[in-house]
Amino acid sequence: MQTTKTVDWKTLRADFPILDQKVHGQPLLYLDNAATSQKPRAVIDALSRYYERDNANVHRGIHELSNRATAAFEAARVRAAKFLNARSADEIIFTRGTTEGINLVAAAWGTKFIKRGDKILLTEMEHHSNIVPWQLLAERTGAQLAFLPIDGDRGLLDPGRLDEFLTSDVKVLAMTHISNSLGTINPIAEYCERARRRGIVTLIDAAQSAGHRPIDVQQIGCDFLALSAHKMCGPTGFGVLYGRGERLEETPPYQGGGDMILTVDFHQSTWKHAPHRFEAGTPDISGAIALHAAMDYLDRIGRDRIAQHDLELGAYAFEKLAALQRIRLFGPTVGRAGLVSFLLDGVHAHDVVTVADQRGVALRGGHHCNQPLMKKLGVESTARASFYFYNTTEEIDRFVEVVREIQKFFDK
Amino acid sequence: MFDDLADLYQQLILDHNKRPRNFRVLPDANCTAQGANPICGDNYTIYAKMDGDVVKEISFQGSGCAISKASASILTESLKGKTRAEVKNLFDKVHAMVTTGNLDGDVGKLAALAGVHKFPVRMKCAILPWNAAMAALDGKGETVSTETEKE
Repeated sequence: MQTTKTVDWKTLRADFPILDQKVHGQPLLYLDNAATSQKPRAVIDALSRYYERDNANVHRGIHELSNRATAAFEAARVRAAKFLNARSADEIIFTRGTTEGINLVAAAWGTKFIKRGDKILLTEMEHHSNIVPWQLLAERTGAQLAFLPIDGDRGLLDPGRLDEFLTSDVKVLAMTHISNSLGTINPIAEYCERARRRGIVTLIDAAQSAGHRPIDVQQIGCDFLALSAHKMCGPTGFGVLYGRGERLEETPPYQGGGDMILTVDFHQSTWKHAPHRFEAGTPDISGAIALHAAMDYLDRIGRDRIAQHDLELGAYAFEKLAALQRIRLFGPTVGRAGLVSFLLDGVHAHDVVTVADQRGVALRGGHHCNQPLMKKLGVESTARASFYFYNTTEEIDRFVEVVREIQKFFDK
Repeated sequence: MFDDLADLYQQLILDHNKRPRNFRVLPDANCTAQGANPICGDNYTIYAKMDGDVVKEISFQGSGCAISKASASILTESLKGKTRAEVKNLFDKVHAMVTTGNLDGDVGKLAALAGVHKFPVRMKCAILPWNAAMAALDGKGETVSTETEKE
């Protein structure tokens, strides 16, 4: 999907009906994209088209609508495989989102392969969804958690120290591609390669990256990769877990129920092969179809160009905010993703968000599901502006102006 | 366009946020309790020295947003010299005012918190120090949380 023509980012805004509205009498400035992205008309239309024309249950009907629903659902799986450059659509499991994907790996694969005394290696910048499932697994198995440290407010891992953490008892390395609080972009291919050489299984949390840059699971070399549809123009409550074929074959079922079985007897059952073994019950068919439309939409723009624009917005916002007085910025100074976390001296993040909201600016304030990271940084919360391709530098100028106003407001 | 904001962050609130009153540990307190909001990290300790049924001294420590800090600060100014029953009465009035905007009777400076009712997500901020104070005066000495933990 590489083309040389440039994108007029402003015209893309017309694809997102929600952006054209006023909030508290001000034009909406939506800067909470790391929490969830907005949805283009193409995705909304795909959802309603499915319910208006094709809705039926999948994998069981013989009638026409069921055939259509099944074909569309499985076409989405093929599309997701292509989107991630997986070797086969059988490596694509549909989930409720990144959180469920990680829980599936920890609960199903982890329970079988993680033993007492094993180590699960994470990083200090992980979202709660890439910490708590592993804590539950560690509790059940007697395994230990270890954390790759970050270097303070810049939020960078030190690849030079990776070897000292890749000890022989480490069985899993699970890490985020892009930090939702810091905007750090981790060199995941390098980390996966070094872990894999030692026989360590790797999982990548791609929640913040999948809609923002090209993802190639073969190039990354990970065993598992989880993403959420709703952060990449798709619907909420839907996601993808990529699992390397040989990993999925050795993984027992996650949940039991209809659609994941071959045969069921009163006392025992046999399972389907991957990925169906991991998809018990009627799935979110409309979610798959809408995600298909979202992936098509993103590739029509070009994910390489979205990535470039993302870097530009991140750098622009960081530079503008860094020029302010009495502000503390978190995350890398260069090469950051399109989000900026900050704290204003003497102003709590929630007060920043409340005042910004009254100016039509949607920010996030809080711990961002990163409580251990906040503790490490010595803060309770931060305010965060996170961008997507429909945001513009003019919008960032307006956002920075609002931050200035907030500083003045609380200086009274 | 800033009317609601001006209601929420009244000058008195901004002033108490910047210069909180009675912001110290009370070494001879005989009633203390903590109030925490795990969602946003707000955390306050209320210290009270009771003389029988009367609040002789009251102070607080901790950190959080402007609303919670100002609420705690004004609370300490308002409760000194009151009996437990008077405190309970005042708490009920403040609670009703913060959640509905309706004020029944005179609550003095605490009226500055009336604008909070237009910001439902911020009500917990205003009420948190009060819940801690009520727990302290009840002699419960425990941490009250805006969220209920389930084991």
